[in-house]
Amino acid sequence: MKIALLGNPNTGKSSIFNLLTGLRQHVGNFPGVTVDKKTGSLTIDSVQHELIDFPGTYSIYPHSKDEEVVYSILSDKNHKDYPDLALVVVDASNLRRNLFLFSQVYDLGIPTIMVMNMSDVATRKGISLNQEQLQNAFPAATIVSSNARVGLGKERILEAIKEKELIEHDTFLLNAGLADSTDIASQEAEAEQRYAKINELVKVVEVERKVKTEDSFTNKLDRILIHPIFGYLIFAAILLVIFQFIFSFATIPMDLIDGAFAQLADWTSATLPSGVFTELLSEGIISGIGGVVIFIPQIALLFFFIAILEESGYLARVVFIMDRLMRPFGLNGKSVVPLMSSVACAIPGVMATRTIADWKERMITILVAPLMSCSARIPVYTLLIALVIPETTVGGIFNLQGLVLFALYSLGVIAALFIAIILKWLIRTKEKGFLLLELPSYKTPRWGNVGITVLEKVKVFVLDAGKIILAISIVLWFLASYGPSNSMEEASKNAEKFAIELNLDEDATNDLVSSVKLEKSYIGIMGKTIEPVIQPLGYDWKMGISLITSFAAREVFVGTLATIYAVHDDGEENQPLIEKLRNEQTAEGKPVYNLASGLSLMVFYVFAMQCMATLAVVKRETKSWKWPLIQIGYMGVLAYIGAYITFTLFS
Amino acid sequence: MMVTTLAQANKGEQVIVSSILASDLKSKLMELGIIAGRELTVLFHAPFGDPIAVDMEGFVLSLRKSEAELITVMKIPA
Repeated sequence: MKIALLGNPNTGKSSIFNLLTGLRQHVGNFPGVTVDKKTGSLTIDSVQHELIDFPGTYSIYPHSKDEEVVYSILSDKNHKDYPDLALVVVDASNLRRNLFLFSQVYDLGIPTIMVMNMSDVATRKGISLNQEQLQNAFPAATIVSSNARVGLGKERILEAIKEKELIEHDTFLLNAGLADSTDIASQEAEAEQRYAKINELVKVVEVERKVKTEDSFTNKLDRILIHPIFGYLIFAAILLVIFQFIFSFATIPMDLIDGAFAQLADWTSATLPSGVFTELLSEGIISGIGGVVIFIPQIALLFFFIAILEESGYLARVVFIMDRLMRPFGLNGKSVVPLMSSVACAIPGVMATRTIADWKERMITILVAPLMSCSARIPVYTLLIALVIPETTVGGIFNLQGLVLFALYSLGVIAALFIAIILKWLIRTKEKGFLLLELPSYKTPRWGNVGITVLEKVKVFVLDAGKIILAISIVLWFLASYGPSNSMEEASKNAEKFAIELNLDEDATNDLVSSVKLEKSYIGIMGKTIEPVIQPLGYDWKMGISLITSFAAREVFVGTLATIYAVHDDGEENQPLIEKLRNEQTAEGKPVYNLASGLSLMVFYVFAMQCMATLAVVKRETKSWKWPLIQIGYMGVLAYIGAYITFTLFS
Repeated sequence: MMVTTLAQANKGEQVIVSSILASDLKSKLMELGIIAGRELTVLFHAPFGDPIAVDMEGFVLSLRKSEAELITVMKIPA
C-alpha cells in the first residue's frame, strides 16, 4: 500500500515519519522539481507498505513550486504516487488551522487517519478536547493520538492502518470539489466556507484553553531572543560557539581520515603489483574517496547544530530578526544559516538552503554562498600572508597580518552581498517572495530526529555528490600523473641523475623527481599554457599549475606548490616552503612573490570557485549542471578582475 | 472601532479581521485562518519594526509589514 504522510509544518510530522520507519528511509526524486521525495517502509504483519513523506503544507492548494508536488499527486487519482491511505498529522494544540488540511484530505475520499500529535503541548497550554464531537464530524476517519517526542503512538497508528477500510462518506464541506490549482477565486471561497465550519466545530471540540499566549514560557523567552540588542548578541554568541566547535573538533577526525586514507593508498601501491591499475587504485580512486569522506565531520557537525536550532524552534526566531536585514539583498531571513555555515564550509551551507521555499531567494543564496571564505582557504591565506605581509603592528595594537586576514574575510562577505543584489536584479521570476512564517513554541530537541537528520544529510552527500567528486579527482589525477609521449620518463631519469650528482638523500630525490614529473605532465603543460593569461595578475606558470590543481580543493594549492618547488611536504611546517618561495626570482632578478603578486593571489582565492565538492553539491541541490557552471563562470570572472586590479594597484 | 490595517496595529493590541486586499497572498492568508471575524493579537515586532508576530490563538504567525498591510482590521478597544 502507498501511504501518504501529510500535515502542517511544525506538527511533528518528521518525528512521526521517523517513528514509523526508523532508519528504513530513502531520499529520492519528485520528477521535475527540486523537492526531495522522502520515502520509508513500514511493515505490518509481514506486509511491507511504502510511506511517502509529503512536504508540510497548510492546504492542498499550492503556493510555491514545491507545494505543487502535493497538489499534482492528490488531484490525480491515476498518479503513480496517489495514496491508498492518508495519515494526516494534526497538532492537538492548534486544531483550527490543522483541520483545514485534514478536512481537505478527508473530502478527497481517501481513507484517512488523523494522527493527533503533540498532546503534551496541548496539556501545557491547558487545552482539553472533546474527542467524541471531533469523531462525529469526521465519521469515516480513524482518530489516533500520539506523542512522537517520547515515542508514543506507533502501535496505535499501525493498528489503525491495518484496520482501515474505505468507507463511502459525506464530505465535511458540502459541495466540496477540489478546485483547479489556478482557480484562486474558488480556493478563496473554499477557505472561507471551510473555516466557517471548522470554527463552529472547534467551539464544541476545544473545551478549554487555559493558558494565554502572552503568559506562556515561549512568549517570555521570545522577549529576550528577539530583543533589538540582546537578540542579535545572543545569535552572534551562538554562532561563535558553533564555529568554535567546528573549527576545533572537526579537525581531529579530518586529520585521522586524511592519515588513514594516505596509509591505505601507500599500502595499496606497495602491496599490489606496480602498474597503471595499481596507480589508478591507490592515487586516483582511494585518494578520491578520501577526498569525499573527509567532508563528513564538517557536514555532520554543522547539520547537528542546525538540526538542534530547528528542532528547538529557535531557528524561526533567527529568521524573524534577520529577515529585514536580508531582504535588500534579495535574500530571505532563512538565508542566514546557510551563509553563516559557509564560513566553515559551503557544502553543508548549500545543503541547508533546502528550507528556503522561494526559488529565487534559494538560488541567490546558493550562488553566493561559496564567496563566504570557507575554512579551506585558510591554509592558502596563511601561507601567502606569512610570505608577503610583514610582521608588524598597526597603530600599536593591531597585528598587520591579522588585519589582512580579516580584510580577506570581509571582502568575501561584501562580495557575496553585492553579487546577491545584482542577482536579485537579473533573475526574474513571477513568484514573489513572502515570509508568513510560523513561530513554533520552544521545545527541547528530539535527539532521535537530530540523529536521523544528520545521517540522512551525510548519506545524501556521500552517495550523490560523492560520485561527482570521485570522477573529477580521477580526471585530475590522470592529468597530473601522465604527460605526452616520453617526456615525463626522460625528465624523471634526468632528475635522478642530477640528484645523485648533488648527493641528495632519498626524500630529497623523490621530491625533485615529483617536481619534474608534475612539470611535464598534462597539468604542467596546462599551467605553462595559461601563463600569458595569468601574467597580468602577477603569476608565473608554477602558480598556474597550482591554480589548476586547486580546482579540486583550495588547500591543494599549498601541497602543489610544495611539489613544484621540491620541498618536502609533510603537511606541518610552511617554513621550508616559504624560504624557497622567497628566493624565487624572475628573469630580471626580481622576487616572484612580492606584495602585489601575493595580495593578488589572495584576492583570487577569495573569489574563485575552486572546490569540486561544492559544485557537486550545487548540482545535486539544483538538479542541473547549469548553476554550477554559472558559478564557475561568474566567480572566475570576479577572481580575474579582482586579482588584476589588486596586482595593478600594488605594483 | 477604528478601521485600519494589521500593519498599523501596535504591540499588545487586539483586532478583528474585516477583509483581505485582493492579492497573490490572499488565498494563502485565508488558508492560514485569517478570515473575516477572526480575532488576532499583536504580540511583538522585530527590531526595525518589521516583521511582526501575531497570536492566532493556536499558533504565532510572523508577517512582513508589507504582508500585514493587506489585512484590514478593526481595533478592539481595550
